[in-house]
Amino acid sequence: MTLLLIEQLLNGLQLGVMLFLMAAGLTLVFGVMGLINLAHGSLYMVGAFAAAWVAAQTGSYLLALVASLAAAAAAGVLIETLILRRLYARDHLDQVLATFALILIFSEGTRAVFGSFPLYLTIPPPLSGPVTLPGGIEYPLFRLVLIGAGLAVALGLWLLITRTRVGIRIQAGAADREMVSALGVDISRLYTLVFALGAALAGLSGALVGTLQSVEVGMGEPVLITAFVVIVIGGIGSVQGALVGAILVGLTQTLGAFLLPLASTRLTGAPDAGQVLASMLIYILMALVLIVRPQGLMGRPA
Amino acid sequence: MIPERVFNWAVWGGLLAFALLAEALGETYWLTLAARAAIFAIAGVGLNLALGNGGLISFGHAAFFGVGGYAVGILATHAQTYTPLFGLIEGTQSMPVTWSVAIVAGALAALVIGALSLRTSGAYFIMITLAFGQMFYYFAVTWSAYGGEDGMSIYVRGGFPGLNTLDPLHFFGLSFAVLTLVLLLVRMIDRSPFGLALNAVRQSPARVETVGISPRRLRLAAFVVSGAITALAGALFADLNRYVSPAMFSWTISGEIMIFVILGGVARLMGPVVGALVFVALEELLGGLSDYWHIWLGVLLLLIVLFARGGITGALTREARRG
Amino acid sequence: MTTKSILTALALSVAATGAALADAHSNGAKIGMISTLSGGGAGLGVDVRDGFLLAIEQSGRDDIEVIVEDDQRKPDVAVRLADRMIQSDEVDILTGIIFSNLAMAVVPSAVQQGKFYLSPNAGPSALAGRGCHENYFNVAWQNDNVHEAAGAHANALGYENTFVMAPNYPAGIDAINGYKRTFEGEPAQEVLTKLGQTDYASEIAQIRASGADSVFFFLPGGMGIAFLKQYADSGVDIPLVGPAFSFDQTIVGAVGEAALGVPNTAQWSPDLDNEANVAFVAAFREKYGRIPSMYASQGFDTANLILSALDKAPVSEAEAFRAALREADFASTRGDFRFNTNHHPIQDYYVREVVEKDGELINQITGTALTDHADAYAAECEM
Repeated sequence: MTLLLIEQLLNGLQLGVMLFLMAAGLTLVFGVMGLINLAHGSLYMVGAFAAAWVAAQTGSYLLALVASLAAAAAAGVLIETLILRRLYARDHLDQVLATFALILIFSEGTRAVFGSFPLYLTIPPPLSGPVTLPGGIEYPLFRLVLIGAGLAVALGLWLLITRTRVGIRIQAGAADREMVSALGVDISRLYTLVFALGAALAGLSGALVGTLQSVEVGMGEPVLITAFVVIVIGGIGSVQGALVGAILVGLTQTLGAFLLPLASTRLTGAPDAGQVLASMLIYILMALVLIVRPQGLMGRPA
Repeated sequence: MIPERVFNWAVWGGLLAFALLAEALGETYWLTLAARAAIFAIAGVGLNLALGNGGLISFGHAAFFGVGGYAVGILATHAQTYTPLFGLIEGTQSMPVTWSVAIVAGALAALVIGALSLRTSGAYFIMITLAFGQMFYYFAVTWSAYGGEDGMSIYVRGGFPGLNTLDPLHFFGLSFAVLTLVLLLVRMIDRSPFGLALNAVRQSPARVETVGISPRRLRLAAFVVSGAITALAGALFADLNRYVSPAMFSWTISGEIMIFVILGGVARLMGPVVGALVFVALEELLGGLSDYWHIWLGVLLLLIVLFARGGITGALTREARRG
Repeated sequence: MTTKSILTALALSVAATGAALADAHSNGAKIGMISTLSGGGAGLGVDVRDGFLLAIEQSGRDDIEVIVEDDQRKPDVAVRLADRMIQSDEVDILTGIIFSNLAMAVVPSAVQQGKFYLSPNAGPSALAGRGCHENYFNVAWQNDNVHEAAGAHANALGYENTFVMAPNYPAGIDAINGYKRTFEGEPAQEVLTKLGQTDYASEIAQIRASGADSVFFFLPGGMGIAFLKQYADSGVDIPLVGPAFSFDQTIVGAVGEAALGVPNTAQWSPDLDNEANVAFVAAFREKYGRIPSMYASQGFDTANLILSALDKAPVSEAEAFRAALREADFASTRGDFRFNTNHHPIQDYYVREVVEKDGELINQITGTALTDHADAYAAECEM
């Protein structure tokens, strides 16, 4: 039981860091440009499809990951410069509708290009199979790699934002948009850059998760909604909040799905009640956070 | 350019005339479509009250739509199987009863979701309502007592005293009458002190607070009425399809209701009606064009957002947006 | 024009013989096909449609009109399309639905309105027992059947305690019931997963800890792809057994080598050796450039069943047409095929294995799981 619990903790952590890659882009784009981007899930899908295609063509997983970053960033730059930058000054309603329209275009466009059947993308041989952890737990190496990659990206993002000139501009942009452009920073280039960064992270997480799960049309939307829950819990606009929120949501979801049916079987004799509760648990967590801190765990008070 | 008042009457009369024409030509399916449009319009009018008047961008109205549908579905299931609900309440298929239950259930759901969500605003509000909608969706999918993902079939459409609801004309008439009543209600609310205060809250919450009105309570009230109206639409939708399922709770339904409002024109009385009519027509016309027709729907929506602010009503009428 | 009408053209070369056959073939029909052709589940619908249209085309008939529409996997859209086909297009026969929940939305009201519905894929238990109807024919299987075959195969392999897993929705419950109905051992543990779940780390950990000697899983579509890849990578070596849904041609390419060697059960396989099937597989590959899936074979059989019935009676004579359907007098790609009293198939179920052949992954038959198998609900059906 203890070993099983530790394994589930690792699983929750792995889910959390992947959610963080999604949520980081969403929250950055919102923090800096004030844009709600529903099409973020489509960029995740674009990354996964690009990776699967490149892996099939070249056989190289590394190239596939590079492709996921590049394709999602390129798609991000495309929609940012053509469409989304016209929406920064609009209200959230227009943003929601326009990015909802983008989901329709991306989903069916992907199907038109890649066909109606899921694509093949699998773990490269050096990273496949289980390893034995201290304590005798057999755990898939690739999931450990995901945890490591996610934490490395988080660290990189933190360094980028706090230690580089671009990062300071991003921070300043989030704090006061007009001030930054008054200081002579080319704000529209900064916006495109931030959007491309967020898109690339989404694309990378699509490729990594797609490797473990499946690469198919519509894969982005469930993740998108969970990522929304993450940034609401963490505080919209806060990258640290996204990290904390993502790990919290990852652990809650994984442990809830594991423990609640067991608890309910013990109490009522059937797992049903626990399953119903488990499927709603992260939303309940979100509601609880809102009652205590409406601006999210790390958000600035409105 | 035509005055909005004239435009509004033209839309109302146009829908009615379309249905009567369909009846005269014996085109039963057009009547079904007209009823579908009228029901979507009711849901849109409901959302518009929160979104247009209250400035509350709810991305979770599918929750209320679904609650309304499930109220009808659950009562019908118990009526079909002659098993009382909780062993106490007899099931029923009488529309006045099922609708009332749907309205109350929708209002309650809106009260809970609203009370929590209204602690926040702006982008938070959008995402939170979206997430609550998903919570209802997952609940319905795992709730095996009422069909889980398969939902519930209602073998015979509910009845309404004095009408034969199985006759498409009667059912359209009923939906259209409900739509008209809901529109009248919303117009009344608009002109009431409550409506005026709501408008004022949207524009400047601080100013309203200084005269001693709580913006949050006002918004919550608007949200509850909005949820109740959308639940009523869900109840009618269940009767239209003779079927309810978790799909009624899905986030794409929330998106679609929002599209009705924006397509037609936010905060305009007939905006959601126009939007629903256009959406149903598009769905019908574009659906056959190609396997990938969603791409064209997406492009069209984008163009409207980018270039036709104020929606169709805004583009066709000369009056400025209310409020 | 709003509907995409596919009028099957009569090839000129057939015209000469066609005239002679015209009398025997004089019963035309209008068929409405509602299938999932967009979004994530589109692969299945596309295959049913392509198989169906192939059969109609091969028949060379120009008096059969097929109207194909996309339900987007949304129940309310399926209902709207059914309303249109019944009220406006005035079709005689409806078919095409892939998913059980959509079938539950459309079928009861369509058959009540006097239309025929032939299911090329979904077979919910609710429509096989008390909810059966004389105008509803299932040409695929009752949902439980393929899982019952898996249970029978588990017995044959000598498994005694199976870890049983399916998503928490009605077809998932049907699956577990089906497996347990034939399985003679004891389930080690039963786990219901979330519908649409794609991370099975938690379940795999439970499998590892369960001490079971086998794992039965029903996870269609993307869920199955995800599970099989993760299971293969986990190092857990408890053998798997499952229905064909996670191993079929539509997804086996995405699962890859993780699918190799796992026994899966189905009523059909591309290498099934009968005349109709050999011709079908060749014709399908020729026309569409891919290996047909089980879904394509079901679409093909559904069309041929309709054609066989039309040869005997027009749809307008409902009694006679129904009797003609019931006879199932057509060359099925599955070999023997007949209908039970509840209009669900009595047929053989095979054990298949995915193998790599000429650089492609494809299913091959390794044995028979159940012979002349009927579903468990027929007795409850009063027709």
